[in-house]
Amino acid sequence: MNNLQKNKLIDTTFKTVGLLFTLLGILILIILLYNIIRVGYTRINWEFLTSLPSRKPERAGIYTAIIGTLDLMLLTIIFAIPVGIGAGLYLEEYAKKSRLSTLLEINIANLAGVPSIIYGLLGLGIFVRFFGFGGSILSGALTLSLLILPIIIVATREAIKAVPPSLKEASFALGASKWQTLQKVVLPSSFGGILTGVILSLSRAIGETAPLIVVGAMAYVPFVPHSLFDTFSILPMQIFTWTTRPQEGFAIAAAAAIIIILVITFVMNGVAVYLRNKWQNKLS
Amino acid sequence: MKLKEKIIEILLKFCASITIFTTIGIIAVLLFESIAFFKNVSIVEFFTDTQWTPLFSEKHFGILSLVSGTFLTAAIAIIVALPIGLTIAIYLNMYAPKSFRKTLKPILEILAAIPTVVYGFFALTIVTPFLQNIYPDLETFNSLSAGLVMGIMIIPFISSLSEDALYAVPKSLKEASFGMGSTRFQTAIKVMVPAASSGIIVSVILAISRAIGETMIVAIAAGQQAQFSLDPTIPTQTITSYIVQVSMGDAPQGSIEYKTIFAAGLTLFLFTFLLNTISFWIKKKYQEKYE
Repeated sequence: MNNLQKNKLIDTTFKTVGLLFTLLGILILIILLYNIIRVGYTRINWEFLTSLPSRKPERAGIYTAIIGTLDLMLLTIIFAIPVGIGAGLYLEEYAKKSRLSTLLEINIANLAGVPSIIYGLLGLGIFVRFFGFGGSILSGALTLSLLILPIIIVATREAIKAVPPSLKEASFALGASKWQTLQKVVLPSSFGGILTGVILSLSRAIGETAPLIVVGAMAYVPFVPHSLFDTFSILPMQIFTWTTRPQEGFAIAAAAAIIIILVITFVMNGVAVYLRNKWQNKLS
Repeated sequence: MKLKEKIIEILLKFCASITIFTTIGIIAVLLFESIAFFKNVSIVEFFTDTQWTPLFSEKHFGILSLVSGTFLTAAIAIIVALPIGLTIAIYLNMYAPKSFRKTLKPILEILAAIPTVVYGFFALTIVTPFLQNIYPDLETFNSLSAGLVMGIMIIPFISSLSEDALYAVPKSLKEASFGMGSTRFQTAIKVMVPAASSGIIVSVILAISRAIGETMIVAIAAGQQAQFSLDPTIPTQTITSYIVQVSMGDAPQGSIEYKTIFAAGLTLFLFTFLLNTISFWIKKKYQEKYE
């Protein structure tokens, strides 16, 4: 075999291995989904969604967990989105190339790499203990908001950067002030990009478990939170506690709850991808 | 009008400063409780003792056993994810048809969007029983399954980010190499990967940092026994899963158990901070190479 043939052979071999690895990744995804659906689908019904948690696995439902998750997301949206968009606007449109803006940038990049459980310790130290909010849904939402803030800020900046400067210049030429321009021109035309980032950050937040365990999410809550200071449970927490129980019935309940959370996560991601494509086509 | 503009600017600046307060808050909380911890436990014991038993009556505070568990599971994950992720990146960039690449990349990224608690369930109820068929001595809780599944989770971090880096290499380099008669494999190994090396290294560091900080997979599938050992078939405990174990119990504030999670958290934070700093430095240094 001469050199040329040898090189061709290596090339073909690598191509095959590359294709196999790619398909392997997808195959594992299918195995994971198949096994979870196979175990869990029998429990998916209206009763499962509306029943309280129980010590008897066949009667246990996810009502308090799913309401807890929705409440937690609602509060996180209220806290994180205005602050995240505001910070993104400031960094992209106001901050001059100063030492402060460099510091802010390095800091945000660094925060994005901090493990989520460390945010849990932050929430425990600051919100639960120092401010005395206890293991409440308020502490959980504030912690989660800080966790997803870097993602929203980065997405906002990317979206604003993509707005053509000519639009802004036209607005200034008409005599609009800076804030008027941002409010009436920049924000509307970057809306799609910002929304995509926000949805992706929420789809990450909805699956977060570790920081909320540290902050005090409960394994068992017999009621739905009524105030900001009530204790709470969330869907991933319910999955975690059921998974660690030895009884077979709880594994089935965990799989069923996983189906619910995966449906929510995939729908959110799908919407985000759809919006991103639509928005990119519009800009170009 | 001028005043309103000024107020808005100050408000927006405040929003941006919250990120600084977050960092200060993290460092302050970790340091404050860790200092209190080190008043009771000597730093020498913390770094040299090989037992970690704060929840037992005979207490030992050797972080090394948690660190060994953390690095063992992370190492298994990287051993899985690095070759697979990098091969996928090169395949998608150099070999796969364009439409193929456009469809496959987002599908692989689904792996990174699945909540980690789901992977924990997968590791404990599907992967461990499967591995026990092959190797019956494997214990129910072990770092092997946890590490393998964590590796699957971080494949897209390496494959997508490395592919982005390969994609950013100027076309002329690739074409010049083809023009010299190189095969795609030769071009990939000798031209593309070296040219995209900084981006690839950054993606790997990010993946390592994710693996070290990953919590739910190890908390569910790797057990709760801190052991200073690199045996992947026995239960182990990582820094993160220890924090979860204490949080699930009821450690009263001010107790030594309560303080240990902050000392352990500080150790974890320092590791990931170091990794983040290295990747930031690489990014900054090699960013403008081709512009």
